[in-house]
Amino acid sequence: MFDLLGIPPQALFGQLLLGLINGSFYAMLSLGLAIIFGLLNIINFTHGAQYMMGAFVAWMLLNYLGIPYWGALILVPVIVGATGVVIERLLISRLYHLDHLYGLLLTFGLALIITGLFRNQYGISGLPYGMPSQLAGGQNLGFMFLPNYRGWVVLVSLVVCLGTWFVIEKTRLGAYLRAATENPTMVGAFGINVPRLITLTYGFGVALAAFAGVLAAPIYAVNPNMGADLIIVVFAVVVIGGMGSILGSIVTGFGLGLIEGLTRVFYPEGSAVVIFVIMAIVLLVKPAGLFGRAA
Amino acid sequence: MRKTGFILASLAGLLMAGAAYAQTAIKIGVLNDRSGIYADISGEGSVVAAQMAADDFGKDKGIAVEIVSADHQNKPDVGSNIARQWYDTEGVDVIADVPTSSVALAVNDITKEKNKIFLVSGAASSDLTGKACSPNTVHWTYDTWALANGTGSAMVAAGGDTWFFLTADYAFGHALERDTAAVVEAAGGKVLDTVRHPFPGQDFSSFLLQAQGSGAKVIGLANAGGDTINAIKQASEFGITQGGQSLAGLLMFVNDVHALGLDVAQGLVLTESFYWDLNDQTRAWSAKFEDKTGKKPSMIQAGVYAAVLHYLKAVEAAGGKDPAAVMAKMKEMPTDDPLFGKGVVRADGRKVHEMYLFRVKKPDQSKGEWDLYETVATIPADKAFRPLTDGGCPLVK
Repeated sequence: MFDLLGIPPQALFGQLLLGLINGSFYAMLSLGLAIIFGLLNIINFTHGAQYMMGAFVAWMLLNYLGIPYWGALILVPVIVGATGVVIERLLISRLYHLDHLYGLLLTFGLALIITGLFRNQYGISGLPYGMPSQLAGGQNLGFMFLPNYRGWVVLVSLVVCLGTWFVIEKTRLGAYLRAATENPTMVGAFGINVPRLITLTYGFGVALAAFAGVLAAPIYAVNPNMGADLIIVVFAVVVIGGMGSILGSIVTGFGLGLIEGLTRVFYPEGSAVVIFVIMAIVLLVKPAGLFGRAA
Repeated sequence: MRKTGFILASLAGLLMAGAAYAQTAIKIGVLNDRSGIYADISGEGSVVAAQMAADDFGKDKGIAVEIVSADHQNKPDVGSNIARQWYDTEGVDVIADVPTSSVALAVNDITKEKNKIFLVSGAASSDLTGKACSPNTVHWTYDTWALANGTGSAMVAAGGDTWFFLTADYAFGHALERDTAAVVEAAGGKVLDTVRHPFPGQDFSSFLLQAQGSGAKVIGLANAGGDTINAIKQASEFGITQGGQSLAGLLMFVNDVHALGLDVAQGLVLTESFYWDLNDQTRAWSAKFEDKTGKKPSMIQAGVYAAVLHYLKAVEAAGGKDPAAVMAKMKEMPTDDPLFGKGVVRADGRKVHEMYLFRVKKPDQSKGEWDLYETVATIPADKAFRPLTDGGCPLVK
């Protein structure tokens, strides 16, 4: 049996797989951010709070209305996405003519308010959310025990990410969207309702975050800070991938999950900072990000 | 009209001056985490507990108590700044609670330098009454040695003689790991490996996989709060307990078990010094606490109550708030309160009382939302904490 830097290959495969699973959360969240930034030019700092809302609304549906996980998977993105639409119409739409910084401040403030409200209502320790029984248990892959649920997460997030990429890059709707960001006046002149398109885009980005929140609820602690802990990393992913690049955020999300997973094996203490070290290097060498186009 | 007003005001002034003269005014600052991962186990609940202690002590004893509070955000620099400001400019006499050992160790030094009093409830590091001990500090509720001793020896006695530690990478995690490893090794067990994770963490699956691969019988979780919750939730997902390995939550609070749910947490063995459902007195006090906060108290909040109460009794006995005199009284007078029963404060500042080994109930044994523990063993006060001479505290001669 050969060892790789003192780690048996089975353990290494296991860690790579886990990295991929974490990467799927990064990918889904950074995808939402990238879409919102790419099409609205808003740096959506509320994203973490909206991911948290996804998990909490799933809990509420289960505990107040008896709607289980599978229903939540469909309903939560719709509900939280709708709150996103309201936020965009009432607040964010007033900022499009201003500098990025204002959007960032507004969404950051909103994130603090939302997190504070949930903390006030539900405390910080969090709430229990069980695993759906159909996905309990796991498979013995020989080199590791893979919980069924984690396999499901990777699968679903791959489908969602690639689906989103396909819609934006390959369909007529996506073409409208991309055109609207390039030249809203011109697209409007063709009879397309640009503000509505933008509102729906924001709602969709938020729905993606909420969807990731539902996926996270059975495996991570459901508490008001769950988004804040993750959002900084996700921003780093977006910066590395290239602000606004759809494919970039997906590839970087999965890739950084892998790198973080490897760091956890070789130097666990450094696993919290490795992504930021990479971000610093990328910014020095290729400031527009790995997949970004220089402005 | 103006004249009467003037006379009345002077009279009022005289009365107030008179009152201040007869009363000892005490200002207690509750410094803890009000928004981060320890906000439920300390936070506003500790402020409420301190106020309850002031109320129960009574207003008729010539001691006026004012409680203030602040958020140290689990950052030693933030905590130090608040502590200095409180002592230097705001007339705070006592700082209470202070979870997060790194912050508590900083406040410990500042309190000694300013000659005030520090009542620790939230922090865990046994260094506070060991090599970092201070004549101005009382460590009330628990410490890493007591936790290690309770849970560690119980696990080894039950056959868990090989350990893998999952440790939060800061002062508290290191202290808890060190103290538990010592207990395990003294009992004939062996520590196979250790992994230190960033604090706070989110995904522990990678570390858990390493723990699984080590083949250790016990995975010791030397972390707290959301980190412990995440680790246990994910351990259950990865089939760690089904595979025959046991988890030891070395520092778990009733709020953590509540957040995990009994499905996931059942069977865990843990050590605490307080549980709301221990006896009639703890039940009565906890019901009052729940009326004010909507939650059952954690042992940290109970500890804040008991420590403040004992402090106020010492002020009364000393006839003033001079820190040296009050500390002498706190150590001289036996403690007696409804939550921790009878106990003493030792020369090194360690408060000793019984500790309890609890097991988390199965879902079908639980009769209510907060009915979470059954008592496995009561560890007597003289066995529960590190022997006075072993801590390396310079105050012990």
